[in-house]
Amino acid sequence: MTPTYYLVLSAALFSIGAVGVLVRKNAIVVFMCIELMLNAVNLSLVTFSRINGSLDGQIMAFFVMTVAAAEVVIGLAIIMSIFRTRRSASVDDANLLKY
Amino acid sequence: MSHVLFAAATVPTIKTPSIAYHAIAPILIVLGAALLGVLVEAAVPRRERFNAQIAVTVLGLIGALVAVGLLHNTSLTTPSPVGSSESFYGALSVDPAGLFLQGTVLALALMATLLISERSIEIGSPIVASAAVVVGSPDDKRLANSERVQTEIFPLLLFAVSGMLIFPIANNLLLMFIALEVLSLPLYLMAGLSRRRRLLSQEASLKYFLLGAFASAFFLYGLALLYGYANSVDLPAIFNAQRTSGKSDVLLYLGLGLVIVGLLFKASVAPFHSWTPDVYQGSPTPVAAFMASCTKVASFGALLRVLVIGFSGSTWDWRPIIWGVAIASMVIGAILGVTQTDIKRVLAYSSIAHAGFILVGLVAVTSDKGQSLASVMFYVLSYGFTTLAAFGLLMLVRDADGEATHLSQWSGLARKSPLVASVMTILLLSMAGIPLTSGFIGKFYVFRAAWHTAGPLVVIALLCSAVAAFYYLRIVVLMFFAEPPENAPTIAIPGWSASVALTTGVVVTVFLGLLPEPIVDLAVKAAHLRG
Repeated sequence: MTPTYYLVLSAALFSIGAVGVLVRKNAIVVFMCIELMLNAVNLSLVTFSRINGSLDGQIMAFFVMTVAAAEVVIGLAIIMSIFRTRRSASVDDANLLKY
Repeated sequence: MSHVLFAAATVPTIKTPSIAYHAIAPILIVLGAALLGVLVEAAVPRRERFNAQIAVTVLGLIGALVAVGLLHNTSLTTPSPVGSSESFYGALSVDPAGLFLQGTVLALALMATLLISERSIEIGSPIVASAAVVVGSPDDKRLANSERVQTEIFPLLLFAVSGMLIFPIANNLLLMFIALEVLSLPLYLMAGLSRRRRLLSQEASLKYFLLGAFASAFFLYGLALLYGYANSVDLPAIFNAQRTSGKSDVLLYLGLGLVIVGLLFKASVAPFHSWTPDVYQGSPTPVAAFMASCTKVASFGALLRVLVIGFSGSTWDWRPIIWGVAIASMVIGAILGVTQTDIKRVLAYSSIAHAGFILVGLVAVTSDKGQSLASVMFYVLSYGFTTLAAFGLLMLVRDADGEATHLSQWSGLARKSPLVASVMTILLLSMAGIPLTSGFIGKFYVFRAAWHTAGPLVVIALLCSAVAAFYYLRIVVLMFFAEPPENAPTIAIPGWSASVALTTGVVVTVFLGLLPEPIVDLAVKAAHLRG
């Protein structure tokens, strides 16, 4: 099994995540799609690490996981504070700012 | 058991590379002050917290600024390799251009701190009393008129500043990504901490967060593809790999494109600008000032380094991209700015247009000897001071709901307060690029640097600045020659801290317009990036 398949899988996951961010309405789901994109990147980092024969990519995947964890903390805090006021996590409801 | 310990002892020790701590002193000072701020939050009683936090923040920023001043001639990369390893590159490159941008970020952050700590315009400050309290609840109404403030904003600001200090000197894409997150995550929170119009503020925070995280995922995918191409994320290694790597160029170009998308998003360049007006409008005004000035300086610094150190070998491939986004940014900023009715959104579109002008200076950055680099550095500095003072001034014009940001409320302002109206006029003229202000000098150098390489682009830029000048001048005309409306706003008298910040911004704007030589010389001398 060539490692290239994993790159294709990673690109597919990244695209699914990106499309999800654009079409989904619930802020939590949008946020999960962003996490999917980050994890797709992790998959390609590890695959490239295998292809290139160096360990750097695997270390980088750890950095990405740490940053993603910090992002979850911030993101959920923001979504929570909005939800408590509006009783809705839909990004379509957050529409006071326009034009 | 002893056998196992003995076996472990025979493993050769890993030699750690040496770190030039003095060269990263500014970053360490700011991070130290931020941690101290967290401790203050935990240990100091609420009554004294506000003043303690201001002291920690201001002293930390001044200390870091002094450290940058002492380092001014430094040019090194750190950490340095162990032994003679040819493929080792320091992750941080402390060089004159990086230090110039760091100094700019620190000076602007200091002014933003002074704006945030302004307490005589509004009870408490422009910052919410308690961000966790539900909007509109009885507690929220009670706290809105109390002296209490969410003082965590000061450590958050310091963390963001530390990210902004690393961002323009990161020589390694992974470090650049982490700096990007360290500067962004606190900003997402700070955007949601407005005292008035909290729903708008929270919405700005959510939009900034979702779009910002989306953009950093693109940056990260670009990083992964470049790692696949070059087997390293050090910018000099990526540069070398373009001559030696046998991998597909698809990885290189796709990777470069995605990394640039991530950086352009932070710099609010069209077509990645859609968050800018909403976030600037919803955020507390001093935080918007901080974002508009400091983030722009830091992200253009990072963009310069990526293009010059990592991709000067493929200038012909990225130059058309920069052309395209520069034109898009200038046109969108200029034309959509005309249709706005809220003054904060006008400033946001102005910021998008200015990002386009800065990109004009960037097209020739690899082909002339530092001239473009110096012009971009001067431009971000002069624009930073002007826009910070302009946002600061918005804090003074108020009605019962807080700041009066609708353009109609600004008509006839000169009758009420000639001083505020004239100061705003100076700042708007500077943004329009009228001679005798810093904006003119900045545009002049940027356009001159780009003229030989990108003549048509400069012509488009001139046309766009003419269109943009229309909406700046429209505000000036409105303030001086229109009748005041029924619901005319009042002009608040700023306390010492906002006064200092506003005066500095205006003085720098005028000074750089009349006598730009000292700063231009400094930028020309510092126009050197080390790989």
